[in-house]
Amino acid sequence: MATTSSDQQSTVTDYNLPDDSGHFGPYGGIFVAETLMESIEELNEAYTKFIQDPEFLAELDADLHDYVGRPSPIYHAERLSRETGGAQIYLKREDLNHTGAHKVNNTIGQALLAKRMGKTRIIAETGAGQHGVATATVAARLGLECVVYMGAEDIKRQSPNVYRMKLLGAKVVAVTSGSQTLKDALNEALRDWVTNIDNTYYIIGTVAGPHPYPAMVRDFQTIIGRESRAQMLEKTGRLPDALVACVGGGSNAIGLFHPFIEDEDVAMYGVEAAGLGVETGKHSAPLCAGKPGVLHGNRTYLMADENGEIIETHSISAGLDYPGVGPEHSWLKDIGRADYVAINDDEALAAFHQLTRVEGIIPALESSHAVAYAVKLAKTLPADKNILVNLSGRGDKDIFTIAKLEGIEL
Amino acid sequence: MSRLDACFKALAEQNQKALVPFVTAGDPNADFTLACMHNMVKAGANIIELGVPFSDPMADGPVIQKASERALEQGMSLKGVIEVVRQFREEDQVTPVILMGYLNPIEFMGYEAFAERAAEAGVDGVLTVDIPPEESAALLRAYDKYALAPIFLLSPTSNESRIKKVAAVAQGYIYYVSIKGVTGTGDLELSEVTDKLAEIKRHTSLPLAVGFGVKNANIAANIAKISDAVVVGSALINCITDNADDENKGQEAIAGLLAEMRTAMDAVTK
Repeated sequence: MATTSSDQQSTVTDYNLPDDSGHFGPYGGIFVAETLMESIEELNEAYTKFIQDPEFLAELDADLHDYVGRPSPIYHAERLSRETGGAQIYLKREDLNHTGAHKVNNTIGQALLAKRMGKTRIIAETGAGQHGVATATVAARLGLECVVYMGAEDIKRQSPNVYRMKLLGAKVVAVTSGSQTLKDALNEALRDWVTNIDNTYYIIGTVAGPHPYPAMVRDFQTIIGRESRAQMLEKTGRLPDALVACVGGGSNAIGLFHPFIEDEDVAMYGVEAAGLGVETGKHSAPLCAGKPGVLHGNRTYLMADENGEIIETHSISAGLDYPGVGPEHSWLKDIGRADYVAINDDEALAAFHQLTRVEGIIPALESSHAVAYAVKLAKTLPADKNILVNLSGRGDKDIFTIAKLEGIEL
Repeated sequence: MSRLDACFKALAEQNQKALVPFVTAGDPNADFTLACMHNMVKAGANIIELGVPFSDPMADGPVIQKASERALEQGMSLKGVIEVVRQFREEDQVTPVILMGYLNPIEFMGYEAFAERAAEAGVDGVLTVDIPPEESAALLRAYDKYALAPIFLLSPTSNESRIKKVAAVAQGYIYYVSIKGVTGTGDLELSEVTDKLAEIKRHTSLPLAVGFGVKNANIAANIAKISDAVVVGSALINCITDNADDENKGQEAIAGLLAEMRTAMDAVTK
């Protein structure tokens, strides 16, 4: 698993991962039951074909422009930067996308692929509900049957999104096994897929799962980083000094980071959820405090006990409440190309209020973790440095959770 | 000769097919499992598949999921399962025991350490649900060193190239998953299973076991006609949960169902 420093050099300056079998160094791969292997091979074949097909890409671009509303702007958060004192904070406004988060970049792409593969039924897992809403949205538009698996616990804390999915015509199935959160919803979606393999396409919402999902979801999300690169050059005349994004499974972070990997002067910070504090064990920070193992089809950093049983995670934000992480992040951590840090519930909540108050932007609790770290980082840097934060989603879905936490009745 | 090879050879001489029960180790507790293993052998079982409970059993239906949760609540672990096998071997040195589970507990113990401990305790083979041949090279080296048989799955969706990949690395037997779905759900189609087994036989001389949809003695007999081994799992675990308040009754129910299956299978093969 060890890499020499010369490997790391070549990896960063000539980055071309995963390899043909879906590996990012020792991470990634295809760890699923034989019952899924043929479908995964079929998916890989279709994906490899269509991602190079000009007609497919033109349709994707048109949808991203006309339906999602891309490109999303970059906003210089001047008051936040001034109040913080230090580097300039810029926000990539993925919260302004249709459905309110970056998730739709991926569901549009995968749904177009599903249609070309002749699948008539879409399934998905969801944690905070953003991916479920984004999936139900594209399924409604394309006239596909849609079933979304969601942990019973998450259904309780994200009821507005559950209602949204139902309005969009999706069937939301409450998952009551295990810890009743995102990881269990993923298990249940995999069980559905294996049972209904002939007509069903599984839209995984993050850069995890068996190959080709980590690469495919990344490729659909790199629109974030590609736009950001051009927009920052135009706005500031140079690349940003640092990128900051929250990491649950890690799709918004990889989407921002990936087009900058070979720009070695651009620092990258992935922000995990420290929950009640990494030292308490009640967190969702596998990169900061876990170790490598195999879950949900790939090898990656995980939160597990000494026997390898996955342990329950905690975060104020349902979207970060996941014990694994995309395998490419594990690799970027090991080769030192990205730094992974953690922000706890209280810090995220404070950032939520601060951004809302001084910029008039209500961030999702997930994205609030990134904002919190960006503020910390900005304080350590001079005013001529630029930090770009991926504001991956808006916080409308979270206001009920926050009101409840603060004892306010709505 | 390995216990597995000896088992299939002896059965063939008697015109019998292997009856392979699956129970989750530690459900409802380790003592129950140990007693159950001996009882199952007395009832006519030939090979025992012992489930290693895992927190995220992605290929299992609700019955085995719940069994895993109960076992984990009782503190069962991969280490604990190996210990159950060690105790079983104190009295039974003949019946092959296969561990069936997921990769992460083995990753955390370490491939080499796991293979050494399992073999030393008397485990004969390991079926790891979520590791296809493509990812298994390092694990297979460890199994080879300690003479553990890697058992692999094939399914209705396995095309010829997948069958060849599995046949190239499998040992002991190949486990054919008879339905598209998870354990303990759906109804198997006998004619489809027959055709697929014939296709698989063209690529391997290993015995073929069939499982995932075997609910009663009638299905077991039908499967015995066309395969080398019949695997029954969820139906046995239902015997435990149906008698949750009385462990003896649970043991009796399991032995009773297996004895019925044994009689029905022998009736069609002998």
